[in-house]
Amino acid sequence: MSTESYEDAIKRLGELLSKKSDLGNVAAAKIKKLTDELEELDSNKLDAVERLKSGFIHFKTNNYEKNPTLHNALAKSQSPKFLVFACADSRVSPSHILNFQLGEAFIVRNIANMVPPYDKTKHSNVGAALEYPITVLNVENILVIGHSCCGGIKGLMAIEDDTAPTKTEFIENWIQICAPAKNRIKQECKDLSFDDQCTNCEKEAVNVSLGNLLSYPFVRERVVKNKLSIRGAHYDFVKGTFDLWELDFKTTPAFGLS
Amino acid sequence: MAATPTHFSVSHDPFSSTSLLNLQTQAIFGPNHSLKTTQLRIPASFRRKATNLQVMASGKTPGLTQEANGVAIDRQNNTDVFDDIKQRFLAFKKLKYMDDFEHYKNLADAQAPKFLVIACADSRVCPSAVLGFQPGDAFTVRNIANLVPPYESGPTETKAALEFSVNTLNVENILVIGHSRCGGIQALMKMEDEGDSRSFIHNWVVVGKKAKESTKAVASNLHFDHQCQHCEKASINHSLERLLGYPWIEEKVRQGSLSLHGGYYNFVDCTFEKWTVDYAASRGKKKEGSGIAVKDRSVWS
Repeated sequence: MSTESYEDAIKRLGELLSKKSDLGNVAAAKIKKLTDELEELDSNKLDAVERLKSGFIHFKTNNYEKNPTLHNALAKSQSPKFLVFACADSRVSPSHILNFQLGEAFIVRNIANMVPPYDKTKHSNVGAALEYPITVLNVENILVIGHSCCGGIKGLMAIEDDTAPTKTEFIENWIQICAPAKNRIKQECKDLSFDDQCTNCEKEAVNVSLGNLLSYPFVRERVVKNKLSIRGAHYDFVKGTFDLWELDFKTTPAFGLS
Repeated sequence: MAATPTHFSVSHDPFSSTSLLNLQTQAIFGPNHSLKTTQLRIPASFRRKATNLQVMASGKTPGLTQEANGVAIDRQNNTDVFDDIKQRFLAFKKLKYMDDFEHYKNLADAQAPKFLVIACADSRVCPSAVLGFQPGDAFTVRNIANLVPPYESGPTETKAALEFSVNTLNVENILVIGHSRCGGIQALMKMEDEGDSRSFIHNWVVVGKKAKESTKAVASNLHFDHQCQHCEKASINHSLERLLGYPWIEEKVRQGSLSLHGGYYNFVDCTFEKWTVDYAASRGKKKEGSGIAVKDRSVWS
């Protein structure tokens, strides 16, 4: 719609109202409605991008420019102490919950914060996400964070039969990584409600992932030498709680029995 | 407003008696080198005390003193890490969660993010920090070098997240964010040949090989660092093109209910470049096999 026709329309309306002033109230109501509609249309389209831009400017002004030493150092290299696996869920950003500053945590996010076992072809993605921070950046801590109301875990618990054909293209293939957790919960917690079973599965799936971490030789080697620690956690945003636990794994020196 | 009890449990193992991995076997050497083997299934609440016992006992054996000292120091650091994480969470709870309790309560019922963000796992490029995403705003996938595998092949991790966010959460925007000094892109550019399957990193970043080829085609005379920067951006466009190869993504883009955007965060000079895929113009290019067309490019600085 060109500006010219808009101005013409306003002019025509103005002329009409000056002749018939009793139409004033009707016109005011309609104009207000039109204005509201146009504002909403405008904000929907621009909202997303404007939001990003204002977010970035806010970061630059309040963080980047106020910490020049830190950011100059980070521009050259990073040395995070943490490697974090978290769910891609929009409600559980680890930097929010645990206030990680830039440079502190290498963060991998996927559906249901899963770590699959070692597989160079099928799971090269996660393997790379482990190999780089551990062998190149030498992180000291791995933290796998599960959370409440996890859609991925709920989907996993809804799978009745592991052998049935999948209903989704990729999701079920991915979440069945933690099928051992589901099977255990279904057996040990069968008297609990589905929601309670899901909560237990959210935590047990973290334990399955912790175990899978040890299937990577470069992880196991460092854990045994006590250079790397592995922890699991569960963030419950309904109750506002955070449970944290550690995986203990070591081999003792061998002693001769004869 | 209902008060939510503050709860932070440390070393809480939900299945302390029957956990798959809770078993500890310790050999404790007595002063006469007689062998005493103690098997301890340590309940979570005693883990710290058991740690102290281990340090005290094994400290008496000369041959193991070195190792024991190493164990003692690291265990102390571990306790500090527990405290560190605890303080972090409590600060979040006090400063953000309790202040915005209504918002978090609504989020607990359901999430309706407008964005799917695909970003690098690099510690310097957290999208929440750099772009100010609040809880509930963005379904966020982070992997090495923010790569998107093709629809027909490759690991399922990122693809499952695409399927869930697009088909179940119905996000309206996908934003692929690349960044400066990306180690994954650097590894891709340094790779000698694609058959180098010694490492996971190589097996994964080869997903971006087309970006490397297009970079080499136009920028091989540049310094390696500039080639990498070129590849970082080419890779974003390559991922965007890949996204259109997912039928249910292309369908939604065509209908206008989903927009695809690229973003490049340069943390050396703190600028953010953003652009949007022009689907209509891209369709012509797709037939030629020459990538995607973009629009609405802007640089924020």
